[in-house]
Amino acid sequence: MWKWFHKLASPPHFYRISAILSPWLLVPGLILIGYGVYAGLFLAPMDYQQGDAFRIIYVHVPSAYLSMMAYMIMASAGAIGLIWRIKLSHAVAAAAAPLGAAFTFLALCTGSIWGRPMWGTWWEWGDPRLTSELILLFLYFGYMALRSAIDDTPKADKASAVLALVGIVNVVIVHFSVEWWSSLHQGQTVFKKGTMSADMRIPLFAMLIGFTLLFGSLLLRRIRTEVLYRERRTKWVKEMILSPEGGA
Amino acid sequence: MSQVDTTEAQREIPGILTGLAATAKRDLLLAWKRPGDVLNPLFFFAMVCTLFPLAVGPSAEQLELSGPGVLWVAALLSTLLSLNSLFLSDYEDGSLDQLLVSPQPLPVLVLGKTLAHWMTSGLPLVFVSPILAITYSMPMSVVGVMMLTLALGTISLSLLGSIGAALTVGLHRGTALLSLLILPLAMPVMLLGANAVALAANNDVYTTGIWALAAYAIGSLSLAPYATAAALRISNE
Amino acid sequence: MDSLAMGDYGAYVWSCFALAFVIVVFSDWRARLRHKRVYRDIEVRLKALEDRE
Repeated sequence: MWKWFHKLASPPHFYRISAILSPWLLVPGLILIGYGVYAGLFLAPMDYQQGDAFRIIYVHVPSAYLSMMAYMIMASAGAIGLIWRIKLSHAVAAAAAPLGAAFTFLALCTGSIWGRPMWGTWWEWGDPRLTSELILLFLYFGYMALRSAIDDTPKADKASAVLALVGIVNVVIVHFSVEWWSSLHQGQTVFKKGTMSADMRIPLFAMLIGFTLLFGSLLLRRIRTEVLYRERRTKWVKEMILSPEGGA
Repeated sequence: MSQVDTTEAQREIPGILTGLAATAKRDLLLAWKRPGDVLNPLFFFAMVCTLFPLAVGPSAEQLELSGPGVLWVAALLSTLLSLNSLFLSDYEDGSLDQLLVSPQPLPVLVLGKTLAHWMTSGLPLVFVSPILAITYSMPMSVVGVMMLTLALGTISLSLLGSIGAALTVGLHRGTALLSLLILPLAMPVMLLGANAVALAANNDVYTTGIWALAAYAIGSLSLAPYATAAALRISNE
Repeated sequence: MDSLAMGDYGAYVWSCFALAFVIVVFSDWRARLRHKRVYRDIEVRLKALEDRE
């Protein structure tokens, strides 16, 4: 088992294997998303309180979930790279950041759009989750900004790994502090997810899993590019690119 | 030339507390010699507090309501400004390298520097804030709470900010990046502080916020120096 | 048409789904673009080195 892991962590092997693995994530992901969109929009019954607007949940929840999962991946990959000095791990962290930011942005926008008919405003500072999500976006931006400000790649890797770890603690704290704050100021507008019937829940699971698979394939491609870039001066890259089939 | 008695010289390496006190003392001395470093952020604080009513209008009611928030935001921005130079001069003249190779544990030395920083940025803010708070029609009892929240909160801000300062020391355009990095860290502190004061102004129970701020300060005191030390080593390898 | 209207909430619901679609496609496109660019840059440099030999 460890032999497999060691092999995977070797850049040339990862580069090859990820190309093979990627479609196995992408295709099932798209199928699940396709089903989820159809079922969520047309098959699931209307919500008692929110009418058809609740259908936004089918994009909002997956994107919010991914925004946090991407951060966890980014932080743990950074930690692994820092502790065990595995180069590939740092590449994973670097690749995850822009994807995480994109899904955080999506979660914020869909959350805001959902809020408009529900709460009457485009933004609600009192909602702990919206505010925490906004801070998460800033964390992503800070991470990416730090990476690009440091020219030396290993240094950038380590510095951003430290930043990501500090950020995890922060996200948790931000969430609780805003929750405390909004509990003081009345008009708490936390959207409570009530119990859902099965025909509402199944498309949601489909969307969650489908989006995760899709995210996985996007991440794989980014890691692949990252590996290629970091190893651009090595022999295996040279041989691969100059060989007749290339290695795109 | 007489031989250096090496055994004598090697006999005692200064201990942890000595290291902490020495770094703190050095930074305090440096700040004393350059009063501008201490005064400028204070003026900035005052200016922000002045700009707000000018921009928003002098309605006393509105100002009284927003006083705690404005003062806290101004305090946060002022601290951000002063954090920039925490490691900068040491980085430029090579003393940072000396810190890195010192026998004392780096987190301890970092703590010394950060405490000195607090004494030259956060603490002065605490004493200057009443003057500005009065212009916001803040009653005296609330001013007391405000000073307490600032005292506790700025400790956390200095500590958390040192992490960002360590990560960005010597980087091109480090200041803006520093602010971006510290903002998410500082936000809960500010939120707790400003709202504790607002609660006090409403005659509500505000002690939860104070305890939370104290917990934050203690947490930062125990954890931040390690993160800062790690960041310093990474930035300077 | 009724299903498209989504009971007055149509604009909100559809814009969310559309935004999700756009962002996913955009991410995919950018990732592919970056990969191609990195690959091409390396290829060009290697070929230039080879020609020189």
